[in-house]
Amino acid sequence: MVTFDRFTLANGLRVLVHEDPATPMAAVNILYDVGARDENPDKTGFAHLFEHLMFGGSVNIPHFDGPLQRVGGENNAFTSNDITNYYVTLPAANLETAFWLESDRMLSLAFSEKSLEVQRQVVCEEFKQRYLNQPYGDVWLRLRPLAYTTYPYSWATIGKELAHIEEASMDDVRAFFEKHYTPNNAIMVVAGHVKTATVKALAEKWFAPIPAKPKYTRQLPQEPEQLESRREIVAADVPLNSLYIAFHGPGRQEAGYHAMDLISDLLSQGPSSRLYRRLVKEQELFSELNAYQTGSIGPNLFVVEGKPLPHIDMEAAEVAIWTELEALKQEPVGNYELDKVKNKVESTMVFSEMAILDKAMNLAYFELLGDAAAFNRETAQYLGVTAEAIQQQAKQLFRRENSSTLVYIATKNAG
Amino acid sequence: MLDRNHPPVSHPIAGFDLIAPRELTFKNGLKVFIFDAGEQDVVRMEWIFDHVFTQTENTLLHTCACEMLLEGTATHTSKQIAETVDFYGAFLVPQVEADRSTLSLFSLNKHLSQLLPLVREVLTGAVFPDQELTTYIRNNKQKLQVSLQKNSVVARRLFHAAVFGENRYGISAEISDYDHINSNDLRSLFKEQYQPYNCTLLLSGRVTDALITQVEQLFGDEWVPSAPQLEPQPGLVFPSESAGALLLEERQDALQSALRLGYRSISRSHPEFPGLQVVNTLLGGYFGSRLMTNIREDKGYTYSIGSGLVSLKYGAFFTIATEVGTAVTAATLSEIEKEILRLKTELVSEEELSLVKNYLMGSMLGSLENVFSHADKFKNAYFSGLGLGYYSYYDDVIRRIDAEEVCRLANSYLDYDRLTKIVVGKM
Repeated sequence: MVTFDRFTLANGLRVLVHEDPATPMAAVNILYDVGARDENPDKTGFAHLFEHLMFGGSVNIPHFDGPLQRVGGENNAFTSNDITNYYVTLPAANLETAFWLESDRMLSLAFSEKSLEVQRQVVCEEFKQRYLNQPYGDVWLRLRPLAYTTYPYSWATIGKELAHIEEASMDDVRAFFEKHYTPNNAIMVVAGHVKTATVKALAEKWFAPIPAKPKYTRQLPQEPEQLESRREIVAADVPLNSLYIAFHGPGRQEAGYHAMDLISDLLSQGPSSRLYRRLVKEQELFSELNAYQTGSIGPNLFVVEGKPLPHIDMEAAEVAIWTELEALKQEPVGNYELDKVKNKVESTMVFSEMAILDKAMNLAYFELLGDAAAFNRETAQYLGVTAEAIQQQAKQLFRRENSSTLVYIATKNAG
Repeated sequence: MLDRNHPPVSHPIAGFDLIAPRELTFKNGLKVFIFDAGEQDVVRMEWIFDHVFTQTENTLLHTCACEMLLEGTATHTSKQIAETVDFYGAFLVPQVEADRSTLSLFSLNKHLSQLLPLVREVLTGAVFPDQELTTYIRNNKQKLQVSLQKNSVVARRLFHAAVFGENRYGISAEISDYDHINSNDLRSLFKEQYQPYNCTLLLSGRVTDALITQVEQLFGDEWVPSAPQLEPQPGLVFPSESAGALLLEERQDALQSALRLGYRSISRSHPEFPGLQVVNTLLGGYFGSRLMTNIREDKGYTYSIGSGLVSLKYGAFFTIATEVGTAVTAATLSEIEKEILRLKTELVSEEELSLVKNYLMGSMLGSLENVFSHADKFKNAYFSGLGLGYYSYYDDVIRRIDAEEVCRLANSYLDYDRLTKIVVGKM
């Protein structure tokens, strides 16, 4: 149970406070409701590039990191297809420094050409390091456009291609900030050795003077229902063949989400899970095999990925996976197995409440979804899923016409 | 009027209180350290075994033994063990480092009675079934094939070989090494190494007296050594390093070069270690470090660059690692050289030094967030032959160190010309 208080400033900034006196630290997490899906399809990778620029100095403060490190703090950020999330941890006695820094960059950035030029290069190197210069690094650059024809999840947060990042201009940067970095588009969570009254006073002092801006209303094209199975085959300079099957599934706030998540656990959570036990250990078809869902707020994906052993042909590998997926459609999962995955959810949730930053991030994310209190109901949501709901969800997910299959054929001679 | 141009008043960073463990030694020689704190009904238990090297210096055997602990006992199959652990929502995780293998259990307290007897059975009676071994070897050979395509992995392997030579710290497993692993060797290593007198058990979380009693019964009274204790093993002797060698492994299709530089250095137990840690932090140990500021934030050559000091049981090393665009491989090396030289020839400003001191003290405080992190702090000191007093000493050194001392330490321990330099990619 993570307790919290909540208030909203006049400019629309939502603030949540979780008091945890057991730590001498405080965490300040600011979630901006903007992700890669809000990008122009011709200027992708922008939300993430922008996240880098948020550290390049704000209107009154030339450097973000230094003053924070000087008071014993650390910070970082991440961008997903849905959100951009910034976080600071620091000794609670110096909490106000985080308010000073975060409010200034919400107020206005001080972009320099140099900063933009350097961060374009840094992000291009990140693109190469993570996506291009790694075996199978470009999976998501291929799988997303295969699975999504229309919805702007069809590109990865890093962007479609290096050129989009290289071409980002100062005008693009300014416009993006004006549109998305507004107090009414953000959620702040302060957690740790803090008091709500103090946080309220600090929020009024530092954030209340920031003017509200017009609220950006997200209007994204809907992904049409997929009617035919899709397939892409890549001959790649990789050592092993590899297989990815993506299915459309319910988003984070839709009915069926928790059932779908438990299906990924049944298939792939822990060494007793179905895919690992049956296809890796017993039938000896794969060296690695995993199933997961992408946790997206918009139209979600459920993914099965694996590397068949060298002597197993791709068709046989796919048949084996489909046999397991069909089994979930045909047979309701038994009580024992359902209890097993629910027990795992229960303990995972308890462990997620042991760090203030994790708690702060979760509260912010659930507040974005509609209500931070739902974080405390999350375990119950999973425990309430029935075998029938799982079977129903499996039937909905695992249809050929709902699948996009990406196959890597190794051109490298496996030694 | 709100002053946004100047930072708000800040406060000195408070000292920290470490949780001192309760210590027990069971009659079979098992050393136990107990950290009882925390709000949640959870426990982490770590059984840590010192590596025993009588058969080979190639730690692949130790890795296989540890990672196969859960693949079967005389009375439970791999599948049964996996089912039990998963059913009770627990995580039972084997982990291998250079000097030690650890089996960690993360569990809710309410399920421990079902899990602990199984863990005891695994630690006393793992059998390494041949069929499971065949699967393990086949799958791990495949994973290694993929890893060997990563320039950063290849650079790390070449680095360890160059710095440590033909011993446990220098040898990385080759794909063909897997062909020499057999269950007899695994079983004899298991018998030598997985013994209570060679094990340290750390319990952290909500550790009740009843739990301690149960642990003592299972892992003290009922865990009888099955082999006599071996003589203490001699330390390692390392070859002289090929000073300053630059080794280029060319990858024609590389978009980035992986760089790894370094050499052997002092370990945590050396009195100058905390001071050198400050020097390392200035150079490449945090986001605002000189290497990051210059090579990432000014030049945009890389997504990330960092340096670190790593302590091992019989040695230690200093290392710098990054991945950079192939066009700037040489330029990056030259910037690294400049930054090392600058630390040796220019006194660090009061402003930068005080920032790094505060950063280090803040991150010490922040790293003590929950009871598990207190146990981790203890572990780091303990396996360096130190007590918790080490952290007061560390804190004291950081608070006192001045620019002259930083410069002196940089001159004693940093020498660009002597660094082994590995480049995988293109020059």
